[in-house]
Amino acid sequence: MDEITEGTSQVDCDILVIGGGTAGPMAAYRAKKKNPNAKVILLEKANVKRSGAISMGMDGLNNAVIPGHSTPEQYVKEITVANDGIVDQAAVYKYAQNCYEIIQELDGFGIRFQKDENGDFDVKKVHHIGTYVLPMPNGDTVKKALYRQLKRARLLISNRYMATRLLTGKDGRIAGAIAVNTRNAEFLVVRAKAVILCMGAAGRLGLPTSGYLFGTYENAANSGDGYAMAYHAGAGLANLECFQINPLIKDYNGPACAYVAGPFGGYTANNEGMRFIECDYWSGQMMQEFYNELQSGKGPVFLKLNHLADETIGEIETILHEVERPTRGRFQVNRNNDYRHGMIEMHISEIGFCSGHSASGVYVDDNACTTVQGLYAAGDMASVPHNYMLGAFTNGAVAGEHAIDYVNEVDFADIDEDFIAAEKERVLAPTKRDDGIPPNQVEYKTRRLVNDYLQPPKVTRKMQLAQDRFAETRAVMENEMVARNAHELMRSLEVSSILDCADMAAFASLFRTESRWGLYHNRADFPERDNENWFCHSILSKDDAGQMTIKKKDVDPYIIPIEDEEKDAYDKQRIKAQA
Amino acid sequence: MPLAQQPSSVPVVVDEGKCIADKGCTVCVDVCPLDVLRISDATGKAFMKYDECWYCMPCEADCPTGAVTVNIPFLLR
Repeated sequence: MDEITEGTSQVDCDILVIGGGTAGPMAAYRAKKKNPNAKVILLEKANVKRSGAISMGMDGLNNAVIPGHSTPEQYVKEITVANDGIVDQAAVYKYAQNCYEIIQELDGFGIRFQKDENGDFDVKKVHHIGTYVLPMPNGDTVKKALYRQLKRARLLISNRYMATRLLTGKDGRIAGAIAVNTRNAEFLVVRAKAVILCMGAAGRLGLPTSGYLFGTYENAANSGDGYAMAYHAGAGLANLECFQINPLIKDYNGPACAYVAGPFGGYTANNEGMRFIECDYWSGQMMQEFYNELQSGKGPVFLKLNHLADETIGEIETILHEVERPTRGRFQVNRNNDYRHGMIEMHISEIGFCSGHSASGVYVDDNACTTVQGLYAAGDMASVPHNYMLGAFTNGAVAGEHAIDYVNEVDFADIDEDFIAAEKERVLAPTKRDDGIPPNQVEYKTRRLVNDYLQPPKVTRKMQLAQDRFAETRAVMENEMVARNAHELMRSLEVSSILDCADMAAFASLFRTESRWGLYHNRADFPERDNENWFCHSILSKDDAGQMTIKKKDVDPYIIPIEDEEKDAYDKQRIKAQA
Repeated sequence: MPLAQQPSSVPVVVDEGKCIADKGCTVCVDVCPLDVLRISDATGKAFMKYDECWYCMPCEADCPTGAVTVNIPFLLR
């Protein structure tokens, strides 16, 4: 395995779904269910059985809009306010209206959701205003249950293929994608009438403080390939300056997690064991207060559980140590940490792009359509804010069901053979060198520079220096990077995505000359929010000359109006000093 | 410039007495999201070839004989 072999095969399909984590399987499944005669291919860089953010399951739904507990209108209002108003509500509203039906579908797959003694969903309050958090007692089985459905639906699954570029026709429509096998470097050209990108977050952008390249918050396979591919195909990307930064167990770099512990009475505390934030929901404003406390004399920050009853702690422990990131238990044992006695030291994550928790991503409308005809995006890489796992499932379903109707109306776009030849040459270039810089070193340097220059608080001159350093690193990547086998080739292609994302992060951050979204876009030299000039999206794209460009886009008129007194609900995160 | 071979203690450990990769099993290699496990030509057993681990645990959870253990990588232990 891993030896490089030359070869190319080609397949045709109606819909190509790229990414087999959360949104992708649901997109493929719903498309196939709506039209069983359609040819739908699910392409995955790893193995669909265990890929993506929910590789080991998920502890619960963080944004369930369930009748009797919350309303779609209330949810849209909450997400709008939590994102400082920069939200196109139509996509959020559609999510909120559809997600209950997805919960019922998942329930039908055998995934259980917590119910109270009356048989009603046991929804918990974590957000500032509404009640949306629903625990999943057998959340460790979610991926297996999903995989069983894909097999039953006879979906075509291609594992260990990494897509590298999208193909577009002369008319600009999507024409398919080119992929490379991660174990033998053989190419696969897929002609498709529609492509749905579900490739997860850009999680390998910043460097974790541990210095371990793969010790990221996100599944480390999520190297931002989807953002890079959408960019090179000419799609618009929204609000990339709104970084993802999350509060995590220090060094372990996984969630602790306030959504699990919060409803049981656990909370985020400073070194005095005191609460300092009103609400543990992950918003930019909350992260700013978290950061302020970390930097202060009352830092660092901890998750406090040791005031809770023994059996309550046991319950939290079981969830934290069995689902999503089960090695959390081993980490605590190594440190001699017992939730019953000490507090758990917390820190902030490296930066990334991820709409699952923040608001940046490939721009999509309420049908999951990007700005390229026939190209869809869903899940952590699409621009629907704060959409978490349930958003990935729901918007994946929206994409699949829209795309399956769309492909009835179109034929294949023409494929540019010259483009394919040039792409093969680009991909294989590191394998043609006997000597040079290996991908792990190019990656380490890129991500170290991201930390040095792009981590908030952001400073104009530092971000300009970042652009210079990235350009130098890119020259090395293009001319000197060497890959000795197919595995290293995959890593070298991931470096290319990481560097594209780093460039986009700097470019978008420089554009927005104000501060917004708390810590996510805290610009030290433009500290104020400027609604007069910046109450808008930023849309980054590649222009016809191949250069990065960015423009403002108006926020669509609200469907659910926000009253003036509601607008700042997320601005007052710090607990007021006791009298 | 020549490439150096730097040593690195890997987090995934395989109990060769329990591993049945020599009987054709490839489960841990198949499920790893980072594709870092391989079957050794010399021993016929699974091992961690690339130190690129997310310490996520499918390899351990899905191993039919309980041969795989995921430890926390040293740098963040």
